[in-house]
Amino acid sequence: MAKKILEVKELTTKYITRFKENVYAVDHVSLTVEEGKSLGIAGESGCGKSTLALSLMGYYFPPLYYTSGEIIIDGQNISGMKPDDVRKSILGKEIAYIPQAAMNALNPTQKIIRFIEDVVHAHHPDATKEEIYDLARTRFERLGLPASVLEKYPVELSGGMKQRTVIATSVILGPKVLIADEPSSALDVTSQKKVIKMLRDLMETEIIKSMIFITHELPLLYNVTDDIMVMYAGQIVEKANAEEAVFDPLHPYAKGLMGAIIVPEEGLRDVKLTAIPGVPPNLKNPPDGCRFAERCKYAVPQCKVIKVGMTEVGDGREYRCIFSEEELREFYKDAQ
Amino acid sequence: MPNKQEPLLKAVGLTKEFGFGRQKTLAVAGVDIELKEGEVITIVGESGSGKTTFAKMILGLIAPTGGEIYFQGQLRDISTYKKKLEYWKNIQAIFQDPYSAYNIFHKIDSVLMDCIRMRGGGNLPHKEKVKMMTEACSFVNLKFEELTNKYPFELSGGQMQRLMIARIFLLDPKILIADEITSMIDACSRATILDMLMELRDKIGMTVIFITHDVGLAYYVSDKVYIMEKGLFVESGTPDEVILHPKEPYTKRLISDVPKIYEEWDLSTV
Repeated sequence: MAKKILEVKELTTKYITRFKENVYAVDHVSLTVEEGKSLGIAGESGCGKSTLALSLMGYYFPPLYYTSGEIIIDGQNISGMKPDDVRKSILGKEIAYIPQAAMNALNPTQKIIRFIEDVVHAHHPDATKEEIYDLARTRFERLGLPASVLEKYPVELSGGMKQRTVIATSVILGPKVLIADEPSSALDVTSQKKVIKMLRDLMETEIIKSMIFITHELPLLYNVTDDIMVMYAGQIVEKANAEEAVFDPLHPYAKGLMGAIIVPEEGLRDVKLTAIPGVPPNLKNPPDGCRFAERCKYAVPQCKVIKVGMTEVGDGREYRCIFSEEELREFYKDAQ
Repeated sequence: MPNKQEPLLKAVGLTKEFGFGRQKTLAVAGVDIELKEGEVITIVGESGSGKTTFAKMILGLIAPTGGEIYFQGQLRDISTYKKKLEYWKNIQAIFQDPYSAYNIFHKIDSVLMDCIRMRGGGNLPHKEKVKMMTEACSFVNLKFEELTNKYPFELSGGQMQRLMIARIFLLDPKILIADEITSMIDACSRATILDMLMELRDKIGMTVIFITHDVGLAYYVSDKVYIMEKGLFVESGTPDEVILHPKEPYTKRLISDVPKIYEEWDLSTV
């Protein structure tokens, strides 16, 4: 069994709205990422994917608040730490986060090398400029970015290049966990591929030890990550390896997501897309029973009453449904 | 009725240049296109290939610097605002960003009411109008009673984009230009919106021009695919020809960049 790099136990975080209502956007989420592995998180907009990413950093700022649970990075529990301590000793060094619009974070009046100096100085105040330049140059060249980028201003770079620069900058100290929240969805397919290549390179060269990749594009997730976790209304509804999650999902919601995949491959033209009707529930007052029951084709009256837990089916595969594996497979067979 | 043989819309040598002198860039470099009635075509290209400029010229939002557009066999005339309005009854568009597509000061009722007025239903009794609006909303799975007296910003992105389709339902145009309509919404709502749009197309028999960088979408919806590179169509044909068996190196590269699930995705070629 490989070493656990990131372990999250029953993490719950909430937003407090202007009207003092609690919105639990991440509700008792448990996950484990082993060394050298990557985990993908899929789900619709508004399912709590990005909130989970923010919560995993351990760096909370209003309106997001920590409620309960543990985040353990390589044996160190970071939940409940003060934001300043997290910033000083965790961010950038242990865990790095890339938001969707990361490229907009670059200050247009600063050269790229200044951002890298900033990151390094925050953790190693004694580092000299030459050392940092050398480190940055070797790192950039290894990741396929020309070293000339370092002396450029952000406006001189294209969108895809900026995004890759930000990724390379945020992993300059070799964090153990990289959280990438839709890093490629604002880019066109060619730039997207370059970003994905870079993330793969980071894993292969062991600059980062593990990765969490968030997107709603399942074909992308399938190609990038080892395991896939499907999130719905703040909860995890299915955990499986990439192969099983895409081709043989168990939870009806996961099944629905897979039905909405569009890829340019033979035969896909004749497949009818199956969209899931309705919208995710309002998390201000989530339903008592299964949160997906409202939109589920196979729901029975008990679904709306019984609180469903995760059912394990071996190999670390889990799903959240009151039906058994056989029953679910029977449903899907009938549907075809 | 226009002659069936005659293309609904024809563009000949359509060109757009931006800027002057050394700053001059050729956004669309003389493209020809013919659209038949009820056809669904897709224009695929990377960012900056001139897709949207092309769409805006067809829509009459920007004036081409060269070439001609024929609509129903006649040279398009949009020299005055009145003629433009007449043209827009036949050709409509849905854009990428639903958040910026609405006037934020107008309630949803008035957005839909405008559409009815544009189709010449301004003098209908109020009850009739409400009935039409309810029908349009229920077509896209929205409830008109819930939307009435709301402002567009109170809806989610997916709902706004669906309301856009409801507008098209009321307007009943001959041609619809769908410019990256699904790139800002998630994969699940994308399926819903595509389904609705295709259903609407079958219902009112309109021609649809999809503009996208999503090769999968192009493959799924279209009768004919055009690949655009630097303002020119480099390849065109049926989806099976162009996307499954591409000939041009540019098309091959574009398709190899899309993540696949049944085939190996080759990451070494970047």
